[in-house]
Amino acid sequence: MAGGMVKSENTNTSTYAGLGGWLILPTWLVIGFFLLLPVGIMLIYSFLTKEFRGGVIWDFTFAAYDQFFFDRGLFGDDPAKIEWTYIKIFWRSIWQAGIATIFCLIIGFPTAWFIATRTGSNRSIWLFLITIPYWVNLLIRTISMKFLIRDTGPLNEWLMSMGVISEPIHMINTNFAVQLGLFYSYLPFMVLPIYASVERYNFALSEAAADLYASRLTTLRQIILPTVKPGIIAGCILVFVPSLGAFLAPDLLGGAKTFMIGSLIEEQFKGNAGNWPFGAAVSMILLSLVLIVLTYYARQQSKAEQG
Amino acid sequence: MENKGTNSDIAVDISNVTKRYGSFTALKNVSLAIQDNEFFTLLGPSGCGKTTLLRSIAGFEDISEGAIRLYGEDIADLPPNKRPVNTVFQQYALFPHMDVIQNVMFGLLRLGADDATAKARVGEVLELVQLTEFANRLPSQLSGGQQQRVALARALAPNPKVLLLDEPLSALDLKLRQAVRLELQQIQSETGITFIFVTHDQEEALTMSNRIAVISDGKVQQVGSAREIYEAPGNKFVADFIGETNLIDVDVKDVKAGHASCILPSGAAFSCHAADGARKGPGHLSVRPERVAVTTPAKGLLQGTATRAIYLGTDMHIEITLTDGEIVTARIQNSENTHVPNIGETVGLNFEASAARLLVD
Repeated sequence: MAGGMVKSENTNTSTYAGLGGWLILPTWLVIGFFLLLPVGIMLIYSFLTKEFRGGVIWDFTFAAYDQFFFDRGLFGDDPAKIEWTYIKIFWRSIWQAGIATIFCLIIGFPTAWFIATRTGSNRSIWLFLITIPYWVNLLIRTISMKFLIRDTGPLNEWLMSMGVISEPIHMINTNFAVQLGLFYSYLPFMVLPIYASVERYNFALSEAAADLYASRLTTLRQIILPTVKPGIIAGCILVFVPSLGAFLAPDLLGGAKTFMIGSLIEEQFKGNAGNWPFGAAVSMILLSLVLIVLTYYARQQSKAEQG
Repeated sequence: MENKGTNSDIAVDISNVTKRYGSFTALKNVSLAIQDNEFFTLLGPSGCGKTTLLRSIAGFEDISEGAIRLYGEDIADLPPNKRPVNTVFQQYALFPHMDVIQNVMFGLLRLGADDATAKARVGEVLELVQLTEFANRLPSQLSGGQQQRVALARALAPNPKVLLLDEPLSALDLKLRQAVRLELQQIQSETGITFIFVTHDQEEALTMSNRIAVISDGKVQQVGSAREIYEAPGNKFVADFIGETNLIDVDVKDVKAGHASCILPSGAAFSCHAADGARKGPGHLSVRPERVAVTTPAKGLLQGTATRAIYLGTDMHIEITLTDGEIVTARIQNSENTHVPNIGETVGLNFEASAARLLVD
């Protein structure tokens, strides 16, 4: 971690309290350089004027945001109309990310439960297996996926040789492909936090519920889910947020039909056709959206802690 | 089984229950008849199978053989949520996200009680365990003793036919434990619910129970009242486990009608009660330390040297090494008139025939 490398300076202050003040410095440096500064630059760029070969002109304007929300510009001569193109891309991204999150939850929860209920050493093996694919670069994994599911790919060929299907199923460049990509990319982010909370779950609670006449379903709904809720929410956020801004899966597996926020932003910074201020503005809007979700979560958490 | 009444008087009838985990047998052909409205304790060292037996009654363990009947009905195949028994868990297992009321109400709602009825019952039970003022707290906001009461209230609320208590006091400190013992006993007699209480603490068992089953090695060693078990232990394990005892090697000459004639290590002849199944040959005589009197060598049944004195406040423990190397402990009251033998002094030991009992190994 960068935070570890930034050493606080050894001042002549001999008192512990004096040193304590300096010890927090790495934290501030990390937050400052890696969080506040980039976001600040992005915020500023989103209000600048675009230059045609990429880059910006230092000329303050709302043009980027205007382009995002309004047709022909809010300050044009004609009455402004809402521009739906980008909002639709956002909506599609939210929808895709939401579906991906739900799939990850449906598969991730039982997986996490299964791992957490294994005995000691088996548990480590399962966790290890879950993380193995992450040693391979995401780009390579996504391209491999593209190869696997294409019309003449191994999956279709196998299904045909088994006689399950007579013609290849067209999967590439569909929403299904994007979903598969997102699901595959982010499943561990669902499994691991849920695993962490299930591992802490006191199984005597399930016995107590059964002892008090609760069926298995009631126990799951009224006892298990509320107790492991923090893990579920953390998992959902960890899947939803990166899915929202993902561009590899939509780009490589979804083709042009499933254009999403990630690709939209990427396009603004690629080659000469780009528009840096607009890309920055889209990023800021995405960031605000994520912040709203996270704030909501934080509120829920503090409410739960206060009882 | 003693006190075996008519069938309807038996709350829980455990007959020939065996429980195996792979090659390990946790319960070996256990049979017990627990009476209606009884405070019944399963007492034994850890790993003896007492908790397994309790969990089998609750339905958390499937028994390998035998039958468990609840007021005549075979419940061995019912899942836990279909058995009209409730459990107070060792670590309470309170639902952390529910307040006291919701915890206590949980079972009532599952049984289909409407909200108003359930609330009224919760009020009653909370009053019984003196928790009314904590009704809206979360378990994490309660002390250990209060949590223990919530666990008790939660298990009592559905008015179970039998209440199972799995070492519920083990997490409490000593003072609290003593207070809760009395309360538990009181609640049992007020509600009339049959309590089956699991503990490894003999003092707990002796002070609270109507009857005690001493369990060891997956088998019932003896069933009886506190007094019966303490004063007339059936075998060496029970005598040793309940309270302290001296086990004196004797040569049994004859056993007739519950009486044994034997020869003490000193060569003196002695006759006393014999436990069922005692036989001729080498045997063990159990004499509680408080029944052993220290006297002069000439007056004693046994002779030895005082080797150790342990001060216990109200009493003293004097360890006397007999001539054959065996150690016998005498518990003598600590008062000004008591003669405490000096270490190294040769003394005699005496005990009444009624204080001794020939045991089965």
